Amino acid sequence: MTSEKKVTLWIDGVKVTVPEKTTILEAAASINIDVPSLCYHPDLSVIGACRVCVVEVEGQRNPVASCSFPVAEGMKVKTSSSLLRRLRRDVVELILDNHPMDCQACTRNGTCELQKLSYDLGVRERLFEGERKHYAIDKSSPVHRNPDKCILCGRCIRVCGEVQGVHNLNVQHRGFRNVVAPAHEENMIDSVCIHCGQCVNVCPTAAFTEQDATEAVFEALSNPDLHVVVHTAPAIRATVGEGFGFRPGTPVTGKLVTALRRAGFHKVFDTNFGADLTIVEESNEFISRIQKKERLPLITSCSPGWVNFMERFYPELIPLTSTCKSPMSMLSTLLKTYYAQQIGIDPKNIFVVAVMPCTAKKFEAKRAEHVAPWGKPYTDAVLTTRELIWMLKCLGVDFHSLEDGLFDSPLGVSSGAADIFGATGGVMEAALRTAYEKITGKELDSLDFNEVRGVEGVKETSVQINGTSINIGVANGLQNAKNLLDRVASGEKEYHIIEIMACPGGCVAGGGQPYPPRGMHVLDPELARLRAKALYSIDGSKSLRKSHENPAIELLYENFLGAPNSHVCHELLHTHYEPKYPRGVK
Amino acid sequence: MKSILLQKEKDKAKAVLPATVIQYIEDCAAKSNPNSHLISVLHKVQDHFGYLGREHMDAVSVLMQIPSAKVTGVASFYHYFNFSPRGKHRVSLCMGTACFVKGAGHVLDKIKELLGIDVGQTTEDAQFSIDVARCVGACALAPVMIVDEKVYAQVKPDQVGKILSEYGYTPKKAKK
Repeated sequence: MTSEKKVTLWIDGVKVTVPEKTTILEAAASINIDVPSLCYHPDLSVIGACRVCVVEVEGQRNPVASCSFPVAEGMKVKTSSSLLRRLRRDVVELILDNHPMDCQACTRNGTCELQKLSYDLGVRERLFEGERKHYAIDKSSPVHRNPDKCILCGRCIRVCGEVQGVHNLNVQHRGFRNVVAPAHEENMIDSVCIHCGQCVNVCPTAAFTEQDATEAVFEALSNPDLHVVVHTAPAIRATVGEGFGFRPGTPVTGKLVTALRRAGFHKVFDTNFGADLTIVEESNEFISRIQKKERLPLITSCSPGWVNFMERFYPELIPLTSTCKSPMSMLSTLLKTYYAQQIGIDPKNIFVVAVMPCTAKKFEAKRAEHVAPWGKPYTDAVLTTRELIWMLKCLGVDFHSLEDGLFDSPLGVSSGAADIFGATGGVMEAALRTAYEKITGKELDSLDFNEVRGVEGVKETSVQINGTSINIGVANGLQNAKNLLDRVASGEKEYHIIEIMACPGGCVAGGGQPYPPRGMHVLDPELARLRAKALYSIDGSKSLRKSHENPAIELLYENFLGAPNSHVCHELLHTHYEPKYPRGVK
Repeated sequence: MKSILLQKEKDKAKAVLPATVIQYIEDCAAKSNPNSHLISVLHKVQDHFGYLGREHMDAVSVLMQIPSAKVTGVASFYHYFNFSPRGKHRVSLCMGTACFVKGAGHVLDKIKELLGIDVGQTTEDAQFSIDVARCVGACALAPVMIVDEKVYAQVKPDQVGKILSEYGYTPKKAKK
């Protein structure tokens, strides 16, 4: 990169030197000049569709789109003038002409980029009014699609294809009839959509949103016949604070627990417990496969987006994928079996709420494999982090002033290995800590596997266990996973165990996480890094850092499950997968 | 394993398309940018079936390994492609400027009224479908109506019934 040619230009009179081929918008950003933009996203390809980011370049007849216009030597750029202000405002006014403008009743009220731009650019009256598009809202899946709110920026299409490799969305038809939809304008549930929710994250408006579960949860909380319990995923404690103004990367576990109690949940448990249990079961599965030298590499199954992707795009990998249920489903199952028994409540009267960083978890909860014999799902409702934040605000909970609370026992005790599940590489690190000690019978000198930490798309390393070299692959973001899996298929690479997380950065950047604060953006590696850091700091501060040493887990096996991989375990903690149609194109 | 499953999907897709199209797709695969031939593949499929059915586009997606959202996105962009079976007789009306000012709109209304269908649709008995053309380049003959390959010049609304009757149209049929 050092041999790259540099170009010097002036932006608003400020001299700046950047590598050639940099765009004007990037060059401006490097000196903290924030050019308004809409379709542009720093981590996706550039399409220059919306023209909000226009700037004036000396010598150019017309203003140019700064997101796609490359810098040149000696260029003089103006990012602000009365002409530009008027042009940008006109562009947004024209977009608003075909927009419902029902901001007060919209879930993105306050987080909508179009709303913010309209305000910032001085849109104060409706200048253009013409024919508006009208489509039905697709509520078939956990990811709702509302084309009436779509401004055709194409970010969802790009994230779905470029980052996730799913290519489920595209612009259909032309001109006024343009609509972003899956093939054949099919419902999301009947498409190759994997419900990861990254389209929800990148959408500047409410064209993509998550299915609402808040109403069902509020109702359950006010039903005197129900025992309502909640458990929260590892990643929530690292992100929920952002909804209340905490800087990204601030762990708020204690406040989160207190907030959930204030909200009225009868018991507050920790999905971490399920994560520890997953590790014990999964490492057992791994050890047995290693010993028999069969069905390798073992591929993790915690990420429901990945599981959906696997069933539609890589059904040939079903035999290799761990049969372990995800931490959420393991814990929910135990809540309606073990826990119900312990407290003597009919499981039909227990309402289990899971707070997840994820939209695909809403899909997982409803899968037939996770429905109890009496016909109700083990997980009754899944709230995303965003939904929980809204519920707490709705209830008027003053998050800042809350005292730290502790999770309820016994399904609230967890190791640090469980906390790091929320970051890419975390499941692998947790599994290694347990598998290593179980295979060798020796204690690890250092519990930190730094090679699998960090937000890079693909990480690989080898660990020596009893003289055997165990090859490890970790991928996050499904396009990265595709690249890794294709190398496995071609025989170029041989792994023993692979961790795949559907979302880039892992659950900390999941499809249900808070919209980032100003100055950061969705898919921002720095954002994922900060949030992950919070989890690693929690892990580092715990004395219990190995799943198999969790005393509550040991007790659970002793009193209820028997040994890992026992018959009861298989009945309650394991699942199966099926090839699904429509099949995706890899 | 991967190749076996993919082969199975490809075999299923091949059962949907005619041999000539399959051969064409295979020829394209050998060229430098196989995906760039998507439009010409779709043309060939439509030439064969008279329309692009869902199963046809899905088969193209599998055989060319192009995501099907992209295939339908491309197909729905172009007016030339249609997505429902066409009638035995294709009634086409030129709506170019010359034809339009000479009253093509009224002729079209009459065709729609008699056949009981809208532009892009097909009659229930599968005998007729209506299309509009942008300009057929025969402005001197405006307004121009084309049925199958035959061109009718300077058509007036009251002539439409007679023209259609040449192709087996009877007023009774249309009412149904």
